[in-house]
Amino acid sequence: MFYLLAIFLPLIGAAMTGAFGNRLGNRPAQMMTVIPMLLSAALGCLILAQVGFAHREIETVAINWFSSGALEVSWAFRFDTLTAVMVFVVTMVSAMVHVYSIGYMAHDPHVPRFMAYLSLFTFFMLMLVSADNFVQMFLGWEGVGLSSYLLIGFWYKRETANAAAIKAFVVNRVGDFGFLLGILGVFLVFGSLDFDQVFAGSPDIAGTNFNFLGFETDILTTICILLFIGAMGKSAQIGLHTWLPDAMEGPTPVSALIHAATMVTAGVFMVARLSPMFEYAPIALAVVTVVGATTAFFAATIGLTQTDIKRVIAYSTCSQLGYMFFAIGVGAYPAAIFHLMTHAFFKALLFLGAGSVIHGMSDEQDMRKMGGLWSKMRVTAVLMWVGSLALAGMPFFAGYYSKDIILESAFAAHTGLGTYAFWVGIAAAAMTAFYSWRLIFMTFNGPTRADAHTYDHAHESPPVMIAPLIVLALGAIFSGWLGFEYFVGHEMEHFWNGSILMLGEPDIIEAAHHVPEWVPLLPALVGVAGIALAFLFYKMMPTLPARVAGGFGFVYRFVFNKWFFDELYEKIFIRPAFRLGHGLWKGGDGQVIDGVGPDGVAAGVKNLAAGAVRLQTGYLYHYAFAMLIGVVGLVGWYLITVFGGGAG
Amino acid sequence: MGNFYLLSLTTFLPLVGAAFILAIRGSEEIVARNARWVALWTTVVTFILSLFVWGTFDAGQDGFQLVEEFAWLEDLGISYRMGVDGISIFFVLLSTLLTPLAILASWTSIKLRVREYMIAFLVLETMMVGTFCALDTVLFYIFFEAVLIPMYIIIGVWGGKRRVYASFKFFLYTLAGSVLMLVALLVIWRETGSTDIAAILAQEVPTIAAEIQPWLWFAFFASFAVKMPMWPVHTWLPDAHVEAPTAGSVILAGVLLKMGGYGFLRFSLPMLPVASFDFAPFIFALSVIAVIYTSLVALAQEDMKKLIAYSSVAHMGFVTLGIFAATRQGVEGAIFQMLSHGIVSAALFLVVGVVYDRMHTRDISRYGGLVERMPKYAAIFMVFMLASVGLPGTSGFIGEFLVLIGVFQVSSLVALLAATGIILGAAYMLFMYRRVVFGELRHADLQNITDLNWREVAIFMPLIAIVLWLGLFPQAILNVTGPAVENLVVNYEAAVEAAGRTLDEAPDVVLDEASE
Repeated sequence: MFYLLAIFLPLIGAAMTGAFGNRLGNRPAQMMTVIPMLLSAALGCLILAQVGFAHREIETVAINWFSSGALEVSWAFRFDTLTAVMVFVVTMVSAMVHVYSIGYMAHDPHVPRFMAYLSLFTFFMLMLVSADNFVQMFLGWEGVGLSSYLLIGFWYKRETANAAAIKAFVVNRVGDFGFLLGILGVFLVFGSLDFDQVFAGSPDIAGTNFNFLGFETDILTTICILLFIGAMGKSAQIGLHTWLPDAMEGPTPVSALIHAATMVTAGVFMVARLSPMFEYAPIALAVVTVVGATTAFFAATIGLTQTDIKRVIAYSTCSQLGYMFFAIGVGAYPAAIFHLMTHAFFKALLFLGAGSVIHGMSDEQDMRKMGGLWSKMRVTAVLMWVGSLALAGMPFFAGYYSKDIILESAFAAHTGLGTYAFWVGIAAAAMTAFYSWRLIFMTFNGPTRADAHTYDHAHESPPVMIAPLIVLALGAIFSGWLGFEYFVGHEMEHFWNGSILMLGEPDIIEAAHHVPEWVPLLPALVGVAGIALAFLFYKMMPTLPARVAGGFGFVYRFVFNKWFFDELYEKIFIRPAFRLGHGLWKGGDGQVIDGVGPDGVAAGVKNLAAGAVRLQTGYLYHYAFAMLIGVVGLVGWYLITVFGGGAG
Repeated sequence: MGNFYLLSLTTFLPLVGAAFILAIRGSEEIVARNARWVALWTTVVTFILSLFVWGTFDAGQDGFQLVEEFAWLEDLGISYRMGVDGISIFFVLLSTLLTPLAILASWTSIKLRVREYMIAFLVLETMMVGTFCALDTVLFYIFFEAVLIPMYIIIGVWGGKRRVYASFKFFLYTLAGSVLMLVALLVIWRETGSTDIAAILAQEVPTIAAEIQPWLWFAFFASFAVKMPMWPVHTWLPDAHVEAPTAGSVILAGVLLKMGGYGFLRFSLPMLPVASFDFAPFIFALSVIAVIYTSLVALAQEDMKKLIAYSSVAHMGFVTLGIFAATRQGVEGAIFQMLSHGIVSAALFLVVGVVYDRMHTRDISRYGGLVERMPKYAAIFMVFMLASVGLPGTSGFIGEFLVLIGVFQVSSLVALLAATGIILGAAYMLFMYRRVVFGELRHADLQNITDLNWREVAIFMPLIAIVLWLGLFPQAILNVTGPAVENLVVNYEAAVEAAGRTLDEAPDVVLDEASE
């Protein structure tokens, strides 16, 4: 039962803080959330140790939630290795973010509310990863969406924050629309929404068709693609990614926790969790590969040009999630989850490091107004170095192990799409190295571009913010090296213990270990090249970037404007929806329906009997009374004519 | 049975309270104060009585319970028959729950003709409860139509500026429908020889000749579709809501809209199963249009009440979808959705009422930044907004989810189109919430707006508790509705198959193929 405690402790913290936080003040509110969260993180480590390493069998708890006919949905939890890894990552990063927030949000007037939201988010995220059926997973799914909405819009006075919050929620709902339809399909086909039953039934269903929207389609392909649309929304894949950069309007700890380390990886987790379905739907996996690889590339290009420090990291997140997806697409689920974990550490580190910079720079986020901060905040700078080295996949840092195995898997797939993903991934790796070092150089090196006042006040962050960064930095350095054997190495089969299904024989990870020698070297090489280029552009020849941008005018504008997705959606969805709504209201309801219906009748009546106008005294009970008489008269008349006659 | 006329007592107690209020003598102020208290106590006791109804109800049975019968117009075979089953019982509770809250919500905002106002609400309660309890077609008709009279009066006397127009619209729509329904009830009487609803439902299928089923079906449809309201006969609703006082909107959205759905479940589906099956695609089309069309219209609204009114039409679209999908999950989901919407939309109108009482405007652009001055209000508003968009964990999710599960079994296309409602629903509700609650507190007259007082909090707390309770532990409802719905669906399917129609039960088909 203490496994459940890990999930519910954050909820208890959130509820107590929500109820009493404002009355008790900031310090108790922080304690009421941070302490349960730290306990939960400790339990998270224990769970990973017991389930992942000691292979403890965990009986799941199930209590009826609702049932209707054949549909039976329970409150049910499942703790296998996949869940244990996620619980570990979520509680760990969340605990660090909680602690960090004590310092970061110290001057905010709404500390209790912030802490309560953070803990609430953590609870929903844990519900999501521990769910044993589709509906409970959907509850966690929507719950994290809600928390994300609340936290993005945390500074509710900012119009941009409010707009970003709504955008995040609505775009996610587009994904959820797919997820929900997928769930409906699962119930239709399997007659159950429990994972065990659905997974057990998948091999039998594979290859059969059903009628969907009037077309005969392959069942598992259709359902898996619908579910994947949900994953695309949550994990900000191309097409449904537009909310993620805007979500940076939220406070930075939120960006680190929700929009880098945990919530956005929920889509990756979902597909991995459903591997027993996806494995039998090769076309769906192909879609996953294409979407993932394309996102990895596309987001990296945008990351090259952004000037807001948080947005650069946001696009980088988007791109890294693409890696995880194409890993899944080629069937290398363990590699995806491995990267999910290492990424959680180094990306949270980068975000919180960026937060430390922003905090020290009086809330400045534009890198064009930074520079020269090395002398002001050395600890932060070193930690950001660590994060960037890990992100760029430099040897022996966490990202090196996980990104390499992903690219090797893509190569080892020996399929057209796998090869596409591999080369696109290599290109993205080069760009990743470039933009992350561009960020480092623009922020910490060179002469400062900040105004004198801001620069003078720039300061290192307090220990309460630095300590969590150090914990995360340890993760960013060691988690790849420590986890490699278990996640994707020789211990793999033992470690995952059946929580992920891989049909390939030998499996893709095994094949990935036997690729030509240049394949594992290439990512590191292009990474070094990327860093070198960034060094050249932003350290050696600071005028070069502008010249290059000018030289590729159109391409630059296209990329800088984020491939014009927002403008496109504004034109084809948002404005037409409002215009259509207005048109239907005034035209449809007002002119057509009312015009033909009541107003038309009213006009007709008026013309027929102008005298009736005098009856419009404005006292409604006159009308009501008239109606009463009318009804009574009608009833009487019918009773007499129809039945009086019949009875007599 | 030891339940001495519990249903009749629940139904007519409010009338007794109304009589007491009539008897109050004294200055206007004394009358007003006493009228309020008498109305509140009467409705609270009525609610407690209705809890006893629930308490004595045996959830394991699918038939009518707590049945009462007295000879009334013996020559015509019409009796006074009352009873509840798993389908109707919670509508009784919904009515008795919302009425005291409506009284409380009018405590200070109604200053003129308090006596008459309270009487109108008490009479309204009797008629609502009676509608859901009546087991005789004539009795049902009387209650069903009589509900409108106090509602007209409430809108007309205590309503806004355009109340005459609104009531006229309401009048025109409902009158046309009610006449047709009366004819249909009379034809059924002649066909089956009975006005006893339980007896008609218990008859072997096919009860009513197939040739006249379509005509009867359309006659019922005319009445119930207006009540729901379904597209395109929905335009009376936004006007009626806008003109009605807050408590009037609460009852209108909370209970009156459910009478249409209840009618479909009590008459159309069980009595005219073949016609219901044949016209299901027609209903699906109208419902899907309702969901998408009114959601888009809601997006463009500038008046909070109108926005919620349009959202009600969209939510009711889900209800008609679920009912005519005629699957176990669809029908149970439809009932659940009605109950949930009854609570949530009522609460949302109360939420609007809170700021209307303070600022006397419902114009969204006149607000903004309320969270600054009214944190409690913002939190409560948030809960109901989320329930309205169907967030899992709230009551709104269970209903929508069950309906979609039920509809998907009949048509994936309809389910897909309806599910777009979850996107649009989120868009218009969040957009409104943002414009009212978030942002800078710009308008000068909002600077001193006060947060909820204890009376207002007391109104909302039970509603929040119910929304969460129904979302987290919906089985309390589903256990009761289950047997009755199962019975309804089984009879429906038997009748449809007997008429030579093939039910497209997709899951069996697929699994058969798979196992081959």
